[in-house]
Amino acid sequence: MSVAFDPAAKFSEYAHPERLVSTEWLAEHLGQPGLVVVESDEDVLLYETGHIPGAVKIDWHTELNDPVVRDYLDGERFAALLGSKGISRDSTVVIYGDKNNWWAAYTLWVFSLFGHEDVRLLDGGRDLWIAEGRPVTTDATAVTPVEYPVVERVDTEIRAFKDDVLAHLGKPLIDVRSPEEYSGERTTAPAYPEEGALRAGHIPTAASVPWGRAAAEDATFRPRAELDAIYRGEAGLADGDEVIAYCRIGERSSHTWFVLKHLLGFDDVRNYDGSWTEWGSAVRVPIVTGPERGEVPGR
Amino acid sequence: MNAPTLPAALAETREDFLALGVSDRLQLLLEFSNELPGLPERYRDHPDLFERVIECQSPVFIFVEVADDDTVAMFGTAPPEAPTTRGFASILAQGLSGLSAAEALAVPDDFPQTLGLAEAVSPLRVRGMTGMLARAKRQIRERLAERG
Repeated sequence: MSVAFDPAAKFSEYAHPERLVSTEWLAEHLGQPGLVVVESDEDVLLYETGHIPGAVKIDWHTELNDPVVRDYLDGERFAALLGSKGISRDSTVVIYGDKNNWWAAYTLWVFSLFGHEDVRLLDGGRDLWIAEGRPVTTDATAVTPVEYPVVERVDTEIRAFKDDVLAHLGKPLIDVRSPEEYSGERTTAPAYPEEGALRAGHIPTAASVPWGRAAAEDATFRPRAELDAIYRGEAGLADGDEVIAYCRIGERSSHTWFVLKHLLGFDDVRNYDGSWTEWGSAVRVPIVTGPERGEVPGR
Repeated sequence: MNAPTLPAALAETREDFLALGVSDRLQLLLEFSNELPGLPERYRDHPDLFERVIECQSPVFIFVEVADDDTVAMFGTAPPEAPTTRGFASILAQGLSGLSAAEALAVPDDFPQTLGLAEAVSPLRVRGMTGMLARAKRQIRERLAERG
């Protein structure tokens, strides 16, 4: 029941154009059977102030995390969540959100852990939709719950754990946090002081590419050539590289994961969601401070 | 210096939240967000007076005034794209304004944690309001100290 892909010329430059839709495409396809639109924001109340007509809300904080273990939902909870939102296994899901799709990309990444096949981002997200004067509503979306199968989460392909990162040292790492966090001036993002770590700095050899650089002024993804210049040029990634991205808790880096995997076509990209809150507090792991990448420590 | 009794307005706010189910608590927070009082004329051209609450995930600024008769007034600004933060500021602005400085300083530091919002918006987000309350109380102390 997959809904047609967006044939926009800009997307055809990307490795996987089927992972994006434009605001224009979404406006034309709203209400089409088989399509479910999901809003995922940083601010938990933003959806209630007005959302794309028919969109359902998924909150990254209260709905995607396991309430006890620092982990994501298990298969049963994920099935219950998606079924309650009217999402079937074969639904085309278009996710959008605030702040350059930061949290929308995170939600997409969690969907990907469960292998939901057709999940796309709205290029430009909530900000562009509103800037273009497209309709929003505060009307509650009527949802008909559906059955979503219980599928096992697969963590090995796109998720890295601390030990995976230790074994990966020497291969490309992308640190997507702010320059101040990377150099070790502070352990938290400038606006997020609550999610700290014991030590400040970065994982040895990681290249610093703050996540927001992938977005243009209007919140859309930068064109392919500009992304190549940043990630292949400045950060030095090359075809065939295995890459791990990390940030503080794994949300900003899921945005970069999306860019590397779906826009630039790196096949083997993992998001280290333990990220700096784990690495910066873990026993017996090396860190580097200052603006330089640092060396792979002797083992 | 934490008093066992909460000022009436804040106590009522807490009762209102706790009387609701989790999803209705979000709606009430949204109502507070929409009710965030505007800035009085005298502060509109003085963004420099306001202090950014960096514990919050969106740009929010607060300013506390203590009048000669010791009455507290709290003001806050946050963009419409940050309704949760606006809601937090509104709860505190409405709850602290009109109290005496001593009453405001006696508001328990953990008041934000007692509103039943942790389940609705997550504990991490509630910490933003905790930071806001702490900054408001510190500003009150500063105003009192300035007066000597």
